[in-house]
Amino acid sequence: MNILVCVKQVPDPVEIKFNSETASLIRACAANIVNPFDKYALELALQLKEKHGGEVTVLTMGPPQAVDALKECYAMGADKIVLASDSLFEGGDTLATSYALFCAIKKTGEFDLILYGKQAIDGNTAQVGPQVAERLGVAQATCATGIELADDKVLVAREQDDCQEIIEVKMPALVTVAKLAVEPRNPNIRRKIAANKIEMPVISAADLEGIDAARLGLTGSAVKVKKMFAPPVRGAGIKIENETADNAVKALVDYLSNAKAI
Amino acid sequence: MGRENSKNVWVFIEVYDNKIRNVSLELLGQGRVIADQLGEKLVGVVIGDNIAGLANEVIAYGAETAIVVSGNEYKDYSTDGFANALTALVKKYAPSVLLIGATRNGKDLAPRVAGRLETGLIADCTDIEVNSEDRLVEWTKPAGNMMSTSICPDSSPQMGTVRSNVFKKPAPDYNRAGEIVAEDIGTKADDIRTKIVEIIKTVQGETVNLEEAEIIVSGGRGMKGPENFAILKELADILGGSVGASRAAVDADWMPYAHQVGQTGKTVKPKIYLACGISGAIQHLAGMSSSDLIIAINKDPEAPIFNVADFGIVGDLFEVVPLLTKEFRRIKNG
Repeated sequence: MNILVCVKQVPDPVEIKFNSETASLIRACAANIVNPFDKYALELALQLKEKHGGEVTVLTMGPPQAVDALKECYAMGADKIVLASDSLFEGGDTLATSYALFCAIKKTGEFDLILYGKQAIDGNTAQVGPQVAERLGVAQATCATGIELADDKVLVAREQDDCQEIIEVKMPALVTVAKLAVEPRNPNIRRKIAANKIEMPVISAADLEGIDAARLGLTGSAVKVKKMFAPPVRGAGIKIENETADNAVKALVDYLSNAKAI
Repeated sequence: MGRENSKNVWVFIEVYDNKIRNVSLELLGQGRVIADQLGEKLVGVVIGDNIAGLANEVIAYGAETAIVVSGNEYKDYSTDGFANALTALVKKYAPSVLLIGATRNGKDLAPRVAGRLETGLIADCTDIEVNSEDRLVEWTKPAGNMMSTSICPDSSPQMGTVRSNVFKKPAPDYNRAGEIVAEDIGTKADDIRTKIVEIIKTVQGETVNLEEAEIIVSGGRGMKGPENFAILKELADILGGSVGASRAAVDADWMPYAHQVGQTGKTVKPKIYLACGISGAIQHLAGMSSSDLIIAINKDPEAPIFNVADFGIVGDLFEVVPLLTKEFRRIKNG
């Protein structure tokens, strides 16, 4: 079985510091990590490979430093890693991004199963996976917490709003993966060393035959950002400091009764 | 699709257990506002099986027209079936705006449809309004530590998903007149490549209905371990509320994901939100900052949660929370 996992490199939210004076986040020093949901997707792919054989390829689209994300995936056990990197791919909305990824996937190979994290924790749209599935014309299942193989189908446990669904999906299929019951495996040290020496293909727009540059990046985006602004500040209210717990609780109960909240 | 001749504001009406989801009714409320600003009609699209009765609801909640697609193949949600029916309708009628609730199924369907129509889609909008000059819809949403407002100027329909509790559900008027249009759009069984084989209801025996809770007692990293959530549960029970959690607490497996509040969890709008041992990362604030009252208990006086709290206590939650429970129990028992 041929499995492709698409991953994204994102800033580590734990490393993002809060500037309380400007009430904004400082991202500059943040380290980059593999999007956590994508790591769950890779973990699932590796488990499927261990059980049923086959090959796991990891593809990422991003700036040259996204190579670090791919090396980590290789160290976890991916067989092949591929980087799609070109300034033409940059700044796209999900429509343009999914088009670029679709072209890169076509170039990379044929796959029975394509896995995505359910969303990337920087943009949180959860749109690129389904839009790639649409372009590939394959079946999709979103928010999976488990996958099992059943002949030419996969059984997917799917997180629902108020329950869990088990759905049967015909392959080839694209499945987006949510948080699993198990954490993704740690990178293997030997593979970590090997990852540093590996030659990995880098796909640029010029390598993609028949690609329509007008559909890439900012130019190819249907959504245009009109403005960015600081969120409305909800002012701080009363703050009780250096008080005994007893007094603090009394003050809070008084406050809530005065506000007629209780 | 191009923008020429596109007209009317559509809301995809999500049906669950033969009922319309709250988020769809909330979107009919905001859809009405947008339709009036554009001088266009509001249309609700219902896809399902045996759902004729729901069309009247759609009209009572503010639509001029309910389009109903009915068929056995739409008994359960499927990406293929619903994407086929919805795209066929959009191609036939060319709406200018299409709103979809950001539920699991809504977020499964919307990108697939937007991809097929080659149009823009904005996820998890917190505000939607029409610019009176160019008559384009402006979609606002959190983007990292900022807010962004986006437009979809060249393609149609302009699409966005919205979570529940962002807009208010309008009051229904069952005397409103409206038009019900039945559309016959079949999807061949072979074209539906997924099948639901089993539905497993929440195992814990209690449903976590954070979105509708009036009081939420939430815990974060400061709870130190899963066992300590019991003191939050006790307080929540006395207040008739529910227990929430920050992403840190869920990631540490102290609480199930269904309890997570924030950008990757649920958006909540309770009367009282009590944050215990939650630092207040921007992603968490995104999910709870429109609560009526925010109370924070945290050891760290610098915790950003205090910047948004109406009432903050700098102190040890393990002392404060049990005392609060005791106090509320005393009040309750008169």
